[in-house]
Amino acid sequence: MNEYLIEMRGITKVFPGIVANDNITLQLQKGEIHALLGENGAGKSTLMSILFGLYQAEQGEIRKNGEAVRINGPNDATRLGIGMVHQHFKLVHNFTVLENIILGAETTKNGFLKLDNARRQALDLSKRYKLEIDPDALISDITVGMQQRVEILKMLYRENEILIFDEPTAVLTPQEIEELIHIMKNLVAEGKSILFITHKLNEIKAAADRCTVLRKGKYIGTVDVASASKEELSEMMVGRKVSLSVDKAEKAPGEVILKVENLTVKSKTHGKALVNDVSFQVREGEIVCVAGIDGNGQQELVYALAGMIPSDGGRIFLDGREITRDDIRNRGEAGMAHIPQDRHRHGLVLDYNLAFNLVLQSYFFPRFQKAGFLKYNEIYRYAEALIGRFDIRSGQGPRTAARSMSGGNQQKAIIAREIDRDSRLLIAVQPTRGLDVGAIEYIHKQLVAERTAGKGVLLVSLELDEVMDVSDRILVIYEGKIVADVRPKEVSYQELGLYMSGSKKKESA
Amino acid sequence: MEKRKSALGASLVNVFSSVTAILVGLLFGFVILLISNAPQAPGGFLAILTGGFSSMRDLGQVLYFATPIIMTGLSVGFSSRTGLFNIGASGQFITGAYAAVFVGAKFTFLPGHLHWMTALLAAMLVGALWGAIPGFFKAFFNVNEVIACIMMNYVGMYLVNFMITKTVFDSLKNQSMRVADAANLPRMGMDLVFREGNNVSSANSGIFLAILFAALIYIILEKTAFGYELKACGFNRESARYAGINERRSIVLSMLIAGAMAGLGGALLYLAGSGKGITVVDVLASEGFNGIPVALLGLNNPIGIIFSGLLVAYLNVGGFNMQLHSFAPQVIEIIIAVIIYFSAFALLLRGFFNALKKRKEES
Repeated sequence: MNEYLIEMRGITKVFPGIVANDNITLQLQKGEIHALLGENGAGKSTLMSILFGLYQAEQGEIRKNGEAVRINGPNDATRLGIGMVHQHFKLVHNFTVLENIILGAETTKNGFLKLDNARRQALDLSKRYKLEIDPDALISDITVGMQQRVEILKMLYRENEILIFDEPTAVLTPQEIEELIHIMKNLVAEGKSILFITHKLNEIKAAADRCTVLRKGKYIGTVDVASASKEELSEMMVGRKVSLSVDKAEKAPGEVILKVENLTVKSKTHGKALVNDVSFQVREGEIVCVAGIDGNGQQELVYALAGMIPSDGGRIFLDGREITRDDIRNRGEAGMAHIPQDRHRHGLVLDYNLAFNLVLQSYFFPRFQKAGFLKYNEIYRYAEALIGRFDIRSGQGPRTAARSMSGGNQQKAIIAREIDRDSRLLIAVQPTRGLDVGAIEYIHKQLVAERTAGKGVLLVSLELDEVMDVSDRILVIYEGKIVADVRPKEVSYQELGLYMSGSKKKESA
Repeated sequence: MEKRKSALGASLVNVFSSVTAILVGLLFGFVILLISNAPQAPGGFLAILTGGFSSMRDLGQVLYFATPIIMTGLSVGFSSRTGLFNIGASGQFITGAYAAVFVGAKFTFLPGHLHWMTALLAAMLVGALWGAIPGFFKAFFNVNEVIACIMMNYVGMYLVNFMITKTVFDSLKNQSMRVADAANLPRMGMDLVFREGNNVSSANSGIFLAILFAALIYIILEKTAFGYELKACGFNRESARYAGINERRSIVLSMLIAGAMAGLGGALLYLAGSGKGITVVDVLASEGFNGIPVALLGLNNPIGIIFSGLLVAYLNVGGFNMQLHSFAPQVIEIIIAVIIYFSAFALLLRGFFNALKKRKEES
């Protein structure tokens, strides 16, 4: 079969200073789920943006059913039947499901909305593709998985036949992921074709027929998923062998480092308890993972532990000393390091250079200042040392503006800084978010090394793979309460998913 | 070595962009001149371009005019670097000026140099207080500093008018009394250099103090741990907080220092020995607002602010000379405003282009 539904041939796209796509070929057959695999910065998004008309390629051509087409904007793409579910949904939150589905393709009569037809059509589609929805529910009231269905229905309503899913599973629970894969297979069975952007190998194995791999803007190859192993795929993606599992020796935990007693944090706006009477411990040489769906109080829990928001009840002890009322700096000096969730909002001062960011909590130490004057030489020497030790890559070494560094290296910088603080407890919130396999492997190694060094690690993660691989103990948080305290070996993915969605509870041990 | 070079390159780009901005401003100023009075335009334009250099006296006047706006420019620039917009320099300036004049007129028991020094100190203290109040409200009650500053401007103006009439009023001139001679800043022989015949300029040691404080602000911002904290708050308050920096303290101190600078500016103007007094009128001190374009044009860099302050003063002196070419003073004001305005505008454009470039690099 030579005819492809969509064929992108020899696509080259150059941005100042970087070749984002270098002679890339992508061939989508009708009725297949085609995965596009690559690390961050491999050029997946650029390629899809070209297909969606957001960028124009310098070279190469796009063919649909063998005919060359020009796509100058999303409207052209829609006309050609290309639709996209973005990673961050583009829904209007105070509109209903139905209103969102028809948004931009409204049917009107004399300037008034005519919803009857649209409603029938949407419900037909929903039935045909087994995408159950409540057309009159507000987007703000429905779950993330539901919202994704609305996004899919939006594409179907526009009669798109080529559906692009950009990292669709990032926000879903295991159950929802399973369901999504099921939906995708249904869509394909009904004659749609799917382009599936991801860097998660499990999902490719579960869903995709074929897989195109990109690396650093170059086309590496297209393989049949059934005949390729996960290891082969990851090697194609990263360019070297990657260990997919985390090696860590059994280790008996030691003394209690962090003790949290009945911690409660209430919402400033409506007084509801976001962290509700939470108690747990983290011991030496132990990685404790707080697992849960985003927005179940993880953020507030960490903020309260780090002293960034006041707690409304309960006590926090670090090495036996109560720190409940200590400020952020005191907690840091008492031995708490914190890799924050949002590296741009909290972790870095983007307009400072790398060296200045590396001393963000230590600039006032006698080592880096004398009588209030910063010792620039010492700061830069220290930065050089950390850059070497943690392999932080940047254009101009310690003088690189943090803003201009890649996400992975920004994260490395934060990790280097927090680990080198020589703390007792390391709080890491989604430290691998948005990073590629190579960087994730690196960060997991660092976390395990901290554990080996006898520190306590509190890891907050939304990625189940990470939770299962890295942690010694898992605390599942649901609506601000810890609903399970389990060991990774004693629990299955499915079970964790049930805990996370609140359908199963277990008294914490 | 290479890193040094790139840092040098960056500052060269800054100087270049400021100069380009000024040229654009001058061009537009010339267009306005052409519109308002075409036959006199070339002569008038030449006057504004060369005015500051036409005599040693004029040069002295440039230094005299530059001094207060360098100080208010420092005030605005410093607070901007720490993420605050100090639009209250006017109030800080005038309350500081009043404190200086009060000390200058009343504290005649102070011997010699101690007199003017005390007056300057009083001005800084009062200005600092005037700046710290909005800072305090911003830090502890999250009151927008712009609004608080604007209110403090009016409170300051009316309070100063009231206090002058109560304490140091010269009712004949409707302004503050002359200060004692010892309260005036030392001339340091500048009256001998910057003069034309018997026509002596008001140049005095204030300009050196302004430069000294610019250097001081530069050192605080660039060399100290305190400056590191302030800038971190300015760039990203959230991450500064995360790092354990007391951002409330930083906000208050930043506004306090900014206020002290503006207050000192007031003192330097009214203790210049030019016979100028604080007139009792219901108008906000323009020197405070002029600090904003001066800071903008100087890219909030203390050293840059010295030069932009000198430039704005230079244009002002040139403007006086334009009267010889029968331009009304109002038109002159407009021309100067246009030049400053477009200079600042062009700088904003530069920021816009930079952001555009950055976005391209990031994607």
